[in-house]
Amino acid sequence: MIFSFQLLFEATLFGILLGCFYAAVSIGLSVAFGLLDVPHVAHPAVLVLAAYCTYLLGSYGWDPILAGLALMPVFFLFGVALYRFYYETFEKRGTEAGVRGLAFFFGIAFIIEVGLILAFGVDQRLVEADYIGKSLSFGEMRVPLRMLLAFGIALALTAALTLYLSKTFTGRAIKAVAQDEAALRLMGADPVRIKQWAFGIATAVTALAGAMLIIIGPVEPMLDRVYIGRTFCVVVLAGLGSMTGTLAAGLILGISESIVLMHFGASWAPAVAFGLLLVVLGIRPQGLFGR
Amino acid sequence: MKSFARRWFLVAGALAIAFGVSPPVAQAQQPIKIGHSMALTGGLGAAGKAALLGLQMWVEDVNAKGGLLGRKVELITYDDQSSPATTPGIYTKLLDVDKVDLLVAPYATVPTGAIMPLVKQRGLLLMGNFSFQVNAKVQHDMWFNNAPWHDASSWSDSYFAIAQRFKLKTVAFLVADQEFAQNLGRGAKEIAARLGLKTVYEQNYPPTTVDFSSMIRAIRAAQPDIVYVMSYPNDSVAIVRSVNEIGVGSSVKLIGGGMVGLQNATVMESLGSMLNGWVNYHSYAPEKTMEFPGVKAFLARYAKKAVEAKVDPLGFYLPPFNYATGQMIEQAVTATKSLDHKVLAKYIRENEMKTIVGDIRYGKEGEWATPRVLMVQFRGVVDKNVEQFRLPGKQVIVGPAKYMTGEALPFDKARK
Repeated sequence: MIFSFQLLFEATLFGILLGCFYAAVSIGLSVAFGLLDVPHVAHPAVLVLAAYCTYLLGSYGWDPILAGLALMPVFFLFGVALYRFYYETFEKRGTEAGVRGLAFFFGIAFIIEVGLILAFGVDQRLVEADYIGKSLSFGEMRVPLRMLLAFGIALALTAALTLYLSKTFTGRAIKAVAQDEAALRLMGADPVRIKQWAFGIATAVTALAGAMLIIIGPVEPMLDRVYIGRTFCVVVLAGLGSMTGTLAAGLILGISESIVLMHFGASWAPAVAFGLLLVVLGIRPQGLFGR
Repeated sequence: MKSFARRWFLVAGALAIAFGVSPPVAQAQQPIKIGHSMALTGGLGAAGKAALLGLQMWVEDVNAKGGLLGRKVELITYDDQSSPATTPGIYTKLLDVDKVDLLVAPYATVPTGAIMPLVKQRGLLLMGNFSFQVNAKVQHDMWFNNAPWHDASSWSDSYFAIAQRFKLKTVAFLVADQEFAQNLGRGAKEIAARLGLKTVYEQNYPPTTVDFSSMIRAIRAAQPDIVYVMSYPNDSVAIVRSVNEIGVGSSVKLIGGGMVGLQNATVMESLGSMLNGWVNYHSYAPEKTMEFPGVKAFLARYAKKAVEAKVDPLGFYLPPFNYATGQMIEQAVTATKSLDHKVLAKYIRENEMKTIVGDIRYGKEGEWATPRVLMVQFRGVVDKNVEQFRLPGKQVIVGPAKYMTGEALPFDKARK
């Protein structure tokens, strides 16, 4: 084991960058699962789908970030349609909707996986951009540009969603639907339309996160299985529905993984992250920032 | 009379069908069925699909020549999803339902390991497909692995021979936490210990690791002369990128070794110039010492088919070896005029097999008697150009000595 304060500092810094990446890929789920209570286990598959769409646009010369931004409206519509279908076939029908909805979203995830295999094959796909494979130097220390980008995008998404949810009428309605659907209905708003809109936003945000995913590393159709645990861990650790909490939980996960990996061994990293989740849930079942 | 004869003929025909007696002409037309599973999805899917194309090309060729023993060859393929959980069921189905005549093993170690007890129990010939030491414990005498290695030392010997030529003293190990990688890593560590190299850093990482920056920084802090990496495709890409971004330190003269994925055209094209200087294992490189009869023509044909099949456009790693597996079956069946597994196994055990990946003779435990794991060093690679890898000089063979096309350069020099 190698230990020095310089390494500890670097591990913390890289943990922050990695944590921001985890937050960026989880924030869409925080809206869908945390606020809307939709068991969206297909979230990582949608993330990978967005990464492939970024790859596709990249093959026509698009910059990955630009591609991610351009995909947001398309994914918004996809999210709206997906929620509507889920609502009509499952949620509307009553109490067992949750369990059956889980099966529905697993089905969606499998369809996306198989669709990607048929369309792109099973090869790893990567994108190229000027900021991939390069770094910024701070004295002796070099920080990968792609990780700095993840940091920036995570902060921007968190800030944008927090502001949207607290400052706009629709945003407040989304928060209200999470707390008391019946009360919202009495106020004259249509909870289904609000949820549909919110799910669209969650999916649009995932489009940009998907672009981030393929910037960070190569993707293959079944990569969603690697992220399913991590994204749900971040959202639950945060406390369902908290955007700043999602960022904080991502940071906790990233920093703990990075420090454990550097000083105690990489094999311990996932165990410590999920151990942390268990401890937090034991002390605060509503999550770190949940009410 | 005529009507009586016709009626008698019909009755006889019906009885023959009822009792499973088929006329000799029909039997002659029944194809020889070769069954196998292949990783067409899952972690090994990218390589598996390319491998399947190689085997299918052999089937096409052998059928164009009239088949084997006057019968067409039919390949029965199932997707094993890269999982050992599926292969015992698939091979049981191949044997009991599809009634295949011959078997080829799945691609890679873990899916193959799961069917070894079955084939041993039933006394079947099994042609292996890039497995690693699956027969070490089972000791099945009808197993023939088509892969250019036999044990862990045969894999890493050439890598550490370069370290000796450079007179290097210290080593860092970065090894994926999975069975195959761990086995290879253990072998590499044994060689390093035997050579008196001092291990200054050792890290096993879980397969879900997203970013390797922290590990690369720790390696840099440890200042090793050699870095031995045993990684899987996504990790290999992340490690190469991290080294390019963060730097691994000027002490490192040799880096690479056992990185899966750096043989894949898509990965090679995307990483481009970041690959320069890395030394990694390979089964084939388009260099002068690898010009075995037929391999160039095979790769030229493969390249055209690969575009349509959406598989690795270069196809250096597995496809020629899968074609060669077919050639070995063809040679054994033609020479013995038999489909009897024991007869075929005896022939393969005792004879030199002529293939497009060179002449192969089998040694103990059904592995290549003379292993040939190539160590190639990427040099002069430019960005965004997959075609460059078809030319000699981009993946210079730096070991083993018999196949070398150039001396290895220290990592920092090869990157300039």
